[in-house]
Amino acid sequence: MDILSYFANVDWVEIWQATNDTMVMLFISLAFIILLGLPLGVVLFLFSPRQMFEHKKVYAVLATIVNIVRSVPFIILLIVMIPITVLITGTSLGVAGAIPPLVVGTTPFFARLVETALREVDRGIIEATQSMGATTRQIIFKAVLPEAMPGIIAAITVTAITLVSYTAMAGVVGAGGLGDLSIRFGYQRFQTDVMIVTVVLLVILVQVLQMIGDKLVVHFSRK
Amino acid sequence: MIEFQNVHKTYRVAGRDIPALNPTSLTIEDGQVFGLIGHSGAGKSTMLRLINRLEEPSGGKIVVDGEDVTAFDSNQLRRFRQQVGMIFQHFNLLASKTVADNVALPLVLAGELSRGEIDKRVTELLARVGLSEHARKYPAQLSGGQKQRVGIARALSTNPKILLCDEATSALDPQTTASVLQLLAEINRELKLTIVLITHEMDVIRRVCDRVAVMDAGQIVELGPVADVFLHPQHATTKRFVQEDEQVDENEQRDDFAHVPGRIVRLTFQGCATYAPLLGTVARETGVDYSILAGRIDRIKDIPYGQLTLALIGGDMEAAFARFTAADVHMEVLR
Repeated sequence: MDILSYFANVDWVEIWQATNDTMVMLFISLAFIILLGLPLGVVLFLFSPRQMFEHKKVYAVLATIVNIVRSVPFIILLIVMIPITVLITGTSLGVAGAIPPLVVGTTPFFARLVETALREVDRGIIEATQSMGATTRQIIFKAVLPEAMPGIIAAITVTAITLVSYTAMAGVVGAGGLGDLSIRFGYQRFQTDVMIVTVVLLVILVQVLQMIGDKLVVHFSRK
Repeated sequence: MIEFQNVHKTYRVAGRDIPALNPTSLTIEDGQVFGLIGHSGAGKSTMLRLINRLEEPSGGKIVVDGEDVTAFDSNQLRRFRQQVGMIFQHFNLLASKTVADNVALPLVLAGELSRGEIDKRVTELLARVGLSEHARKYPAQLSGGQKQRVGIARALSTNPKILLCDEATSALDPQTTASVLQLLAEINRELKLTIVLITHEMDVIRRVCDRVAVMDAGQIVELGPVADVFLHPQHATTKRFVQEDEQVDENEQRDDFAHVPGRIVRLTFQGCATYAPLLGTVARETGVDYSILAGRIDRIKDIPYGQLTLALIGGDMEAAFARFTAADVHMEVLR
């Protein structure tokens, strides 16, 4: 059978729209996740054992909140969040309705990765910066964050890829996107051709994200 | 001047107090290279970090140039730290910044100079440590010795009056160690900088230090000018360090000398006396014959010294002893 004719029934406009939705969900969520997760990761790091603001209770409270959110399955979070999503975006539907749960669901995950990346920075670097008379703010911004940059970029990459699979579930609130398309057409209507196209596009998207991430990590590693 | 007044430090580990430094008093004069030598866990690292309060003392006072460092609030402490450079065993350079940016970091943090002034200062510093052509490289592209030179340039950037060296040469090979120590000696001489260094190698002490404190189990067990401590060690720990450096085993030596006839003495010469033709003169005058069993002629910082173990035989032994004692020589009769 001719390969092109096999895909003749695929609605490419629909595919384009879905790709677009996925990208919008991915990048807007990612922007918010970095904006919220990076400071949260820094705070977790600072209060964690043997760090500058070491504080068992504060750290335990933060860590518990982070763990609770992380342990809620995303599909459940998507539904539980509906009232809050309406408050923030005015709607619980569509792409706008998917972004708040995506951000809430993924930020704690990203913050943990950031915390780990910061902890990878040699203690000696922190000590050296302290010995120069740096403030805690300077230690974070002038030494720890620049040194952890490769780790943070790797964390962003992993988070972006996790987001891609979460966006597939966002179809539950009618957000659209490639994952949603593949479920509705590929699975529910037995349109295997659509399923193949969407999965291939998702694979390409993930590959591209990973490649960009890896390139940036190498660039910032300076080793 | 750095004064430790009854300073002590205990760590609390798993609910138990572990003493790291017993109450210690010590004065380090301006412009000196002061060495702290000890095995790991002896408390030397704690002592060094107490000076710029990377470690907080459990009690006692540390006074630097008349100011009680232990009483500083966080702002005063930051300003004080800007006047105290520090270099590290593993260099602790920022891998994400170029050599020039690493050296500039303390100045950027202090925020007192303009970018142009900082660049000018960095160029000067890199020239001083001989790394001008490496300014744009990243630390990973440098050798260990070069990295430590960057560390030194960085530590000097704010024109500190004190330089703390934390095992600065322990990760370097002997040749690189020698060149880094030479640089430190140069800096001490030219900038009149007080250097406090910790090490576990007597050789480092011998090459650059003016005074040394030997530490063992959280206290100073021997303290004095390097020549005195090095040539006439009193405490067992000091003796071990000196023997390690000379690669001499006293017990082995005693066995070897058992079959040698006559008296055995150890003569220690310092300064000009090292090169005086004393042995021949004494041998001629007193008729005492000698053979050299062991010996070393070297330098302690800039002072030449010699230490010879001699077997003496025949002639007027008493007269020979008297001559040695009268000359500018330290004599120990071993047998």
